[in-house]
Amino acid sequence: MSFAFYILAALTVAGALAAVLLKNTVHCALALTVAFAGLALLFLNLDAQFAGFAQILVYIGAVAILVVFAILLTKGSDTPTDGVFSRTWLAGLAVAAAVFAVLGWAVIQTANLLPKSAPQPTVTVQQIGQALVGRYVLPLEIVAVLLTAAMIGAVIIAMHEKDGAPK
Amino acid sequence: MTSQVTPLAGYLLVAAFLFSIGLAGALTRRNAILVLIGIELMLNAANLNLIAFWRYGPHPEALTGMMFAIFSIAVAAAEAAVGLGLVIQIYRHAKTTDLDQMNRMKG
Repeated sequence: MSFAFYILAALTVAGALAAVLLKNTVHCALALTVAFAGLALLFLNLDAQFAGFAQILVYIGAVAILVVFAILLTKGSDTPTDGVFSRTWLAGLAVAAAVFAVLGWAVIQTANLLPKSAPQPTVTVQQIGQALVGRYVLPLEIVAVLLTAAMIGAVIIAMHEKDGAPK
Repeated sequence: MTSQVTPLAGYLLVAAFLFSIGLAGALTRRNAILVLIGIELMLNAANLNLIAFWRYGPHPEALTGMMFAIFSIAVAAAEAAVGLGLVIQIYRHAKTTDLDQMNRMKG
């Protein structure tokens, strides 16, 4: 366990906690960006350079910006005066704690079976590109169709309707 | 964490904690956008698991976990775009993003 891992894990967890606990929604979006950056650095720490930079491009560059746009378009930046948590927050917290207990218990119980260390993988971006257009070309095409459909769908869903006349 | 914790177990514990934080956020927040933020955190925790298993697995050169994570990132981006579009449309319809006030499913 390296020193860098503890720092990055603490940064990521702190960002995620702030993202779900802060009252102001814009602050939540900024904390979410910190969590995404921490995750990207964790990916880099795991020698997954391509996934780390894809994480920065897609999540910090696109998803976080989309979230901020949605917050500002929906008056979400106004902090509600009667609390930010739902009426059933205790049940939700209990479910999340139970899920963490089960996952953590499973990891701790099987920790001895996990590999202690592994040689550093030498995977180049060229290999990833060749795999994407070779073995994984069908999933790549399906993702392309999915992204196109999602883009068109998002535009149609969010399209402004003229007074009661759907397009 | 003690020194007996292997690196892989450490990453898995961080991912499990992140998943639980995201689940707690999705289940307890009232703002629909914050629920989507919780879902994004859960997806990212799953990606961390995939990358960690790829790094410490027996065949990292096969790129299986890495590819799964990359496709997962792409699908999550599509999900975020459609989800936030839905939130904006619901806001136009109901004039609120408070999920506690959206308690009916009529046209």
